[in-house]
Amino acid sequence: SSTLVLAETSTEGALLPVTRSALSCAAVIGHPVDVVVPGLNGGGKAEAAVTAAAALPGVRKVISLADTASTSTEALSAALAALVRAGPHSHLVAASATVGRAAAVRAAGLLDVSPVADVTAVGAPDTFTRAIYAGNALETVKSTDSVVVLTARGTSFDPCADSGGSAEIEDVAGEVPGQADFSLAADAFSAWQSADVKQSDKPSLAGANVVVAGGRGMKNGGNFGLLEELADAMGGAVGASRAAVDAGWVENALQIGQTGKIVAPQLYVAVGISGAIQHLAGMKDSKVIACINKDPEAPIFQVADYGLVADLFEAVPEMTKALK
Amino acid sequence: PPMVKVLACVARCIDYSIKIRVNPEKTGVVTANVKHAMNPFCEIATEEAVRLKEKGVASEIIAVSVGPKENAETLRTALAMGADRAIHVLTDERVVPLSVARILAKVAERESPGMVIMGKQAISDDTAGTPSLVSAMLRLPQALFASEVTVTDDKKSATVIRETDAGLETIKVSLPAVVSCDLRLNEPRYATLPNIMKAKKKPMETLSPADLGASLAVGLQTVSVAAP
Repeated sequence: SSTLVLAETSTEGALLPVTRSALSCAAVIGHPVDVVVPGLNGGGKAEAAVTAAAALPGVRKVISLADTASTSTEALSAALAALVRAGPHSHLVAASATVGRAAAVRAAGLLDVSPVADVTAVGAPDTFTRAIYAGNALETVKSTDSVVVLTARGTSFDPCADSGGSAEIEDVAGEVPGQADFSLAADAFSAWQSADVKQSDKPSLAGANVVVAGGRGMKNGGNFGLLEELADAMGGAVGASRAAVDAGWVENALQIGQTGKIVAPQLYVAVGISGAIQHLAGMKDSKVIACINKDPEAPIFQVADYGLVADLFEAVPEMTKALK
Repeated sequence: PPMVKVLACVARCIDYSIKIRVNPEKTGVVTANVKHAMNPFCEIATEEAVRLKEKGVASEIIAVSVGPKENAETLRTALAMGADRAIHVLTDERVVPLSVARILAKVAERESPGMVIMGKQAISDDTAGTPSLVSAMLRLPQALFASEVTVTDDKKSATVIRETDAGLETIKVSLPAVVSCDLRLNEPRYATLPNIMKAKKKPMETLSPADLGASLAVGLQTVSVAAP
């Protein structure tokens, strides 16, 4: 038995920390681990990710698709299915993230096996726990499929170290034997056109140790500047509830919750957020939860370690000033 | 150019506003006498299909749903929103994304739609897997987490803006393709009373998974369900 882990990279080709979380998940499964690094959309090469993957502890081999001509999800899935068959690998593990979620599940479809999505715990190599109904219930499932395909929730597995390994690198130049068996006509691939990614030197929402999130109580998008100042003072990132995103105050990528991002920082500060179950699903595993809300009945107080009943427009600037 | 036939896949879930309770046997959540509704993301998918028809892009909208007899109500909602006809794949057996995907793929093979559209995830099991599974089985391109869908004038492809962890991404897919819908794609309409009345007269076909030659056998069992 062995596990193939799909690396998740940034649009610039850096290895994302969720890859190390997926590797930690694979380590619990306990079989030897190979890592596959996909090619990059837009033609850049994922060489940095290949080098970084080879340095991860416990990796046996890194399979590089960095030179692949077709970077579409469809081509990657066909390559994954072929690599799993050729391995043969008993497990395919991906991060529950943009690339991994789409490519691993599609590979499961090509292999006609059930994907196990967004795994939060590994009970045994064939038994996994995952959240359902926005985290209001935890389901434990057992797979008897020939290949177990799963995606690992990043916040549930501490990332492994980023050094200590020295895996061999196998460059397959994007041509995986057997890939054609799972593939489709080349003109039916989706074609990547462009990305609209906000460049920032601030920590990403997924990787930040501190997240300051705003909700309906922020009243407008301009007021999020208050949260940015507070987040900056702690080296953190800004997030938002669905209400704030739906109102058009902040961009979609900031949404935290059942249908947005799942985060679990050291400190989560909820500002003007009532605490609907769909929002709690995205942040309740944070190590310390603090909240500011003028309504003492708001459900957010029930999950918060520290709660402040106050007008956020007074409390937030005061906190920022105190931190500076 | 010929217009695009759209297959809109809709799921029925416990209503988003209901508090979820795990059953005493710890085998699942309590569903009896609990309000159900169309999965919110499937409402967005149905709305998008209807808008494509209103724009003169879609020729016909077929709503399809897999599940027990109550799913017929969900299909009636889709018909009241503007779908032309419905296919109810009736089964009382437990289904998981893989078995649902096999059924939807068989329906798609039968109907040959230019677009298969569905919600990005069901708010019940939160897997977000069915769109990728269906497109894999049909060997079609996939556009997941769509926040904007534009079909080209020649109806041969669509440009889709999709939501990613880092922001937005624009991809082009040739049609037929599978599209999954994210929150910001549109705001679904409410079915009006006249349209609800009209929907009662629209055709609904009932099939079994066996009629379609789709197997429900999967290698995934629920061991237990617990409260968090």
